[in-house]
Amino acid sequence: MLRMEKPQDVVAPPADAVPAATPVEAPRIAPDTVGDVTARDAVICVRGANVHYGDKHALINVSLDVARNEVIALIGPSGCGKSTFLRCLNRMNDTIESARVTGDFRLDGQDMYARDTDVVMLRARVGMVFQKPNPFPKSIYENVAYGARIHGLAANRAELDDIVYGSLERAGLIDEVKDRLDDPGTGLSGGQQQRLCIARTIAVNPEVILMDEPCSALDPIATARIEDLIDELSEKYAIAIVTHSMQQAARVSSRTAYFHLGRIIEVGPTDKIFTNPSHKLTEDYVTGRFG
Amino acid sequence: MMANDGDRNRHQLSPEETRRRVNAGLRRRYRSEQLFRFYGICSVSLGVVFLLVLFGTIIGNGYSAFQQSFVRLDIHFDAELVDPDGARDPEVLSAADYSLLVKSALREIVPEAGSRAERRELNGLVSAGAVFELRETVMADARILGQTRSMWLPLASEMDLWIKARSAGESGEDVGGRISANQRAWLERLQADDRIELQFNKAFFSNGDSREPELAGVWGATKGSFFMLLVTLLLSFPLGVAAAIYLEEFARRSWWVDVVEVNINNLAAVPSIVFGLLGLAVFINFFGLPRSAPLVGGLVLTLMTLPVVIIASRAAIKAVPPSVREAALGIGASQMQMVFHHVLPLALPGMLTGAIIGMARALGESAPLLMIGMVAFIVDVPSGPMSPSTALPVQIYLWADSPERAFVERTSAAIMVLLAFLLVMNATAVWLRSRFERRW
Repeated sequence: MLRMEKPQDVVAPPADAVPAATPVEAPRIAPDTVGDVTARDAVICVRGANVHYGDKHALINVSLDVARNEVIALIGPSGCGKSTFLRCLNRMNDTIESARVTGDFRLDGQDMYARDTDVVMLRARVGMVFQKPNPFPKSIYENVAYGARIHGLAANRAELDDIVYGSLERAGLIDEVKDRLDDPGTGLSGGQQQRLCIARTIAVNPEVILMDEPCSALDPIATARIEDLIDELSEKYAIAIVTHSMQQAARVSSRTAYFHLGRIIEVGPTDKIFTNPSHKLTEDYVTGRFG
Repeated sequence: MMANDGDRNRHQLSPEETRRRVNAGLRRRYRSEQLFRFYGICSVSLGVVFLLVLFGTIIGNGYSAFQQSFVRLDIHFDAELVDPDGARDPEVLSAADYSLLVKSALREIVPEAGSRAERRELNGLVSAGAVFELRETVMADARILGQTRSMWLPLASEMDLWIKARSAGESGEDVGGRISANQRAWLERLQADDRIELQFNKAFFSNGDSREPELAGVWGATKGSFFMLLVTLLLSFPLGVAAAIYLEEFARRSWWVDVVEVNINNLAAVPSIVFGLLGLAVFINFFGLPRSAPLVGGLVLTLMTLPVVIIASRAAIKAVPPSVREAALGIGASQMQMVFHHVLPLALPGMLTGAIIGMARALGESAPLLMIGMVAFIVDVPSGPMSPSTALPVQIYLWADSPERAFVERTSAAIMVLLAFLLVMNATAVWLRSRFERRW
């Protein structure tokens, strides 16, 4: 696995001189990307990822690390490949028959796409929260218990109860639902459903949580609650979040990657990306000139 | 640039002109909508009228078959005639000529019938089936021998028709062609003596087929249909659902899957008699299964129903939202767990609908059954899926073909039984579906 000796500070050239800026700091790892794609204490390392949907080249030569206990935001205009990238990280693209994924994906140094890698195990370690809240048409309790049950995490009913209550508590939902755990999960409000989906994900005790625009279907108050939750969860999990809202990226993440037409244009600390981007395209996007 | 802008401005409508143009088209739009509604109402009412005519004719023709005329005779169980040596040997009792008892009872009521021809006319009043009833009475309890018992015995079918026509206020001329003047007089006298009564036709619901209309029943055919559909359901539903799940969820796109798919769709459109020929060649001639057995009928109908179930089940699986699959896969469910824990419960109501349609079609099918010998004349009520039997639609076809007039009303009555069978079956399926359906 390639790893930089130490991350170097990016010396940002003036914005108007950037268009063809070649990153000096990591030419071998990510020739298209400005900024440092590596991270200390990385749990996921991706190098040279390419995804084709049939003839469409959706992800071009992307490299990026996700560190433990960090929230990394993936931003960019629609169709730029950020969701595609996220779905590669727990092999959800396997379900799309026309999708072809190449490149080096490693979870704790282990090749995710190797022949002997178990996809069920991988998805137990890398959980995912989707754009639209998608609780199962079952009770609230069953929604949270399902993952623990299929993976055999609880030896008895008491342990299962512990997992369910604990997960609902960490998802900040327990006070709202503790009296109606047998009610259908789909009867909750949109924001509650999304927190239920987060509780369902953390009930399996994953190492990484992928979130694909988790707030795009929610109102501002529900969004604020989810963002607080992401903040709390980042103490325990690595979180990669795709978002269309730059304010959200700025609020919740410590690092940000900007995607454009299938490539990562720039990666860096969130405050730098939003206040002092190095690449012209990034600047155009974060200042709202397009996208 | 400027010229283009000018052109565009010239096409800009004023608000008044816009309103005028919309208004001009409005009336036409509403007219076509009203016309469409009118067409809709027309076709619905046409359908309802045809349905009412159908039910009207069937019920009008068939309701009378649920009743049967009986005559009350004082039967003297003459021990000398039935059991001459007095040993009460069941074989002797069963072989005795019970028609003599009926004849002597009739002669007591109508003593003036003296000549041989008149006696034959007199004996023709009572159904040939009366003999069986007397034999059963004696076989059940032989102590009745030597006693006289007043019994209700069924009239022959021509007499029955005449009595029914008379009690409906008609002259009975159109059905009385085969009844002699003597017989009419005797029937009228029996009626005056209160010896003739219309009773519920139990035989129709408990007997198998018979040459005598008054003894013929649908129970044999109903049971045959039931066993057949049981076999069909038990085979076609699991097989069809399994095939659909495999094709939708597990099979990778390949030319082989495409071939299977095209063939399934084609099989759904194959004329049913072809399946009958297939059943004859494969199940009977090759595997040596018995003819006329509901098991073979069920197998043939399974072949016919399977494509319908597969197509409906695949549509139901496709209709399950992808978000449910993603949710399950996202927390690490295997493909199998995703399908059986999440997709199948949501698709089950749709699959049941497909099964209902397939089974309803199978129930009404007669052509493939002709090929495998279920068209035979079978008197015994089948005891299981291996015993020879016929099916309701085939029974209807057989009776419609019979020359006896009394089979006309029985044909309609059998159609009513078939429709009732269908209703019960569909109601059960709808109830099952609403139990499985979870809209949350």
